[in-house]
Amino acid sequence: MIAVLATTLAQEGPVIPDFGRGDECIRSNGNFCLNWFLDNFADRYLPRVVEHIEMTLIAIAIGFVIAFAAALIAYRWEWFELPFANVSALFYTIPSIAFFQIMVPITGIGWLSIEIALVSYTLLILFRNTLTGLREVPADTREAAEGMGLTRRQTLLRVELPLATPAIIAGLRIATVTTISLATIAAFITPLGLGAPIFSAIQTGANTEFVGASILAIALALLADAGIVLLQRMTTPWARARRTT
Amino acid sequence: MSDLLDFFADNTSLLLDKTLEHMGIAALAIVIALAIALPIGIVLGHQHRGSYVAINISNVLRALPSLALIAISLALFGLSAINVQVALVALAIPPILTNAYTAVDRVDADAVESARGMGMTELQVLRTVELPLSWPLIFAGIRTGAVYVIATAPLAAIAGGGGLGDIILNQPTYQLEGVIAATIVTVVLAFAVDGLLALVQRAVTPRGLVLPKEFHTIVPPVESDVPAAAAETTIAAR
Repeated sequence: MIAVLATTLAQEGPVIPDFGRGDECIRSNGNFCLNWFLDNFADRYLPRVVEHIEMTLIAIAIGFVIAFAAALIAYRWEWFELPFANVSALFYTIPSIAFFQIMVPITGIGWLSIEIALVSYTLLILFRNTLTGLREVPADTREAAEGMGLTRRQTLLRVELPLATPAIIAGLRIATVTTISLATIAAFITPLGLGAPIFSAIQTGANTEFVGASILAIALALLADAGIVLLQRMTTPWARARRTT
Repeated sequence: MSDLLDFFADNTSLLLDKTLEHMGIAALAIVIALAIALPIGIVLGHQHRGSYVAINISNVLRALPSLALIAISLALFGLSAINVQVALVALAIPPILTNAYTAVDRVDADAVESARGMGMTELQVLRTVELPLSWPLIFAGIRTGAVYVIATAPLAAIAGGGGLGDIILNQPTYQLEGVIAATIVTVVLAFAVDGLLALVQRAVTPRGLVLPKEFHTIVPPVESDVPAAAAETTIAAR
């Protein structure tokens, strides 16, 4: 009887779409609801991950070109080291969250402002490590190269740079993880990268959303770190051989 | 430009308050990081083992994005001072730990050997030989850590932590001038603390210890797990 009444009422009443009750975890705003995270990964997070990787790669590529050139100049002309190191050290003390904001009136809200800030932060480490790597090539090795009749350029390309590779890649490694970390903060000025869900969800208090983005950012940093270690092993097989002996 | 000067003039007491708060936050983080990283680094360095542990703890902590750490601890602990401390301590540990380990590990083996030969106990060797020779490099790590912490502490404001970040993250209230003013204060603070620690570093460096001519700006020491290459340039205590 009741069942019949219920069906008739249901047929006569407005059609209420069934959204389901929602995940118990999400309704109680749990710290991290895996189901919600997985359901939303493709739509909400994947584009952010891609943006984050793009931001990082662009910054590292540009930063590397500048820092590498500067290191070569400083290697050839020593006086260049101090000013470049000091200026890039100054960038290091500027809080990134302020740097991004200060760039906005100059270069606008968007990629350019973000990349200028991110590149600035990579310079110091890449410059120092490249320069140190070059300077630590043993004098004997350099002399031997000269004795074999290599020109200055040949010595640089065939002897000094290969020997400096471990130090350069070590710098690349620190610069990359630092950039991934700072790129999350870039979202403070415009919603790009994994920082975007973090900032917006902290406002709304949706735990899973910002915890999920944080976990992804951490995973991205650790993966990049591990990837560069592999690259280091592959490009400098002699370093490992020496270590094992 | 004059707006900026006006901001300094009109908000001197606000800036001062926030600066003191900022220093408090940073100091706490550095003290916690020291309490964790120094003993581990020194003991492992003294025993000449565990380089794998020391280096990998540093590498992992260094990779962790500060904002992500703050966000996760925000979910776990709610709005509190813990959030930013988690991130700042994680940031300060790597340079302190790596340098402490490297410094003690690479103290001239002959000096340690002769100290043992004179009948010193392990603790005496550590206290009277290894540590004095290590302080300069250890302090270099502390300086780097301190600069990182001071420059990152503004993120504290995201999780209700206070400090200069309250101004830097609140452009709607304080305008761009406020953001720039607080940034300048942060930068000056970082340089001041670095300079102060440099003085301490010089004071604790034993006379006769040959330091490399290489100058130290606010530059992270070249850290790498590539053997030999890195640490030797930072100090030549041999």
